[in-house]
Amino acid sequence: MKWLGDGTVDRLRANMQVPDLSGTRYRAIRFLASGGMAEIWLAEDTVLKRNVALKVLDANDSPDLASRLLREAHILAALEHPGIVPIHDAGTLADGRVFYCMKYVEGLRLDDFLTRVPALADRLRLLLRIAEPLAFAHSRGIIHRDLKPENVMVGPFGEVLIMDWGLGKAFEKSAEASIGAPALAALRDTPERMIELITNHGSVLGTPGYMAPEQWQGEVARMDQRTDVYGLGAILSFMTSDDRQSETRVPRPISAISSKAMHSDPSRRYSSVEAFTADITKYLADSPVSAYRESLLERLARVFNRHRTAVILIAVYLLMRLLFILFSRR
Amino acid sequence: MNKVMVGIILGAILGALDGMTAWFTPAARPGIVGIVFGSTIKGIIAGILIGVFARKVHSLALGIVFGLGVGLFLAFIIAQLQHGYYLQIMLPGGMVGLIVGYATQKYGRAPELQNAASVR
Repeated sequence: MKWLGDGTVDRLRANMQVPDLSGTRYRAIRFLASGGMAEIWLAEDTVLKRNVALKVLDANDSPDLASRLLREAHILAALEHPGIVPIHDAGTLADGRVFYCMKYVEGLRLDDFLTRVPALADRLRLLLRIAEPLAFAHSRGIIHRDLKPENVMVGPFGEVLIMDWGLGKAFEKSAEASIGAPALAALRDTPERMIELITNHGSVLGTPGYMAPEQWQGEVARMDQRTDVYGLGAILSFMTSDDRQSETRVPRPISAISSKAMHSDPSRRYSSVEAFTADITKYLADSPVSAYRESLLERLARVFNRHRTAVILIAVYLLMRLLFILFSRR
Repeated sequence: MNKVMVGIILGAILGALDGMTAWFTPAARPGIVGIVFGSTIKGIIAGILIGVFARKVHSLALGIVFGLGVGLFLAFIIAQLQHGYYLQIMLPGGMVGLIVGYATQKYGRAPELQNAASVR
């Protein structure tokens, strides 16, 4: 009897995991990543001759997970926005696994990309762009519920994409008008789905540190766009507290914005993504932010910063005038 | 506020201020009203010229250079009429032009943006 080598075993194991794409237009190229319920494969669309990403349910699947992957596909299909990865196709493979096909995004995750963006102002501008697709989704009545740096991709041309809408949820009636009743029915939380969300493997689905309190407490009725505002606040906190930023003190208005966005009581958070981004925009423009009441000294410093050149020019002018007066009296 | 209006208001304020400092020169005190009036008119003229330039040319650097030039030129004419005080008149005059040139480019609103804002 001949024993198989470790390399051979690894190759066999890898081959077993390769999704059975027979009968489809796709050809698997390589494994990209693995999530909680699915794998992502780089594949070639043999008809259009382009690379795509296939999200395929894990081999040891379940009907619940299959419906969750399809829900994610429905959400992506309902949300056509440059900041949301476009979906091309969805279905079931020959091996019974549910999959969907989306654009292959070559880029970096936000947490990796931030190492290239040391300046706070640039990071805040990046955050504003992350908020855009989110605000769009909210306008369609859909919330993400799993915002975190790992779920944000920055493409090679600086395009920002929000990924992994697996925990997405329709949260208001306007969703029906914007995405249609059949799709909406698939996105609503049913009691069965809530059991799945809350008790799957004895834990709440989501990411600790980025999950709003109402989410980890399983209070579905209280989840709305402010649940995502919490996630944005957590991302802001992450952006301002990583290694590169820790050398410099986080400005108080930014800390206040982050704290307000992450308030445990949803009614005391920003009411919408737009309200959150308005404060960030004001901070970038050296204007007062709603989340922070500044002292007189801080206000003066901010006004000076905003009009630094004008103040210096006028000061020089007045000083020159003063010198003329003093010399004319001699 | 549009660029021309920024130029006129700032030019008038700085021109008047410029004229008022003549009060500290005893020899000039008797004619202080005329000096303030003339200086204000000079500031307004400079403001209009610089504001119109800022509407046509959207460049901070060119706006500053143009403002400085206009301020110096108008102050030179005043100094010629005064037969002296070139430094005392031209240096502040140039400075006023420079400030107005900066302010019109930096704070004045371009006509296109104004139209867009009024449509909203």
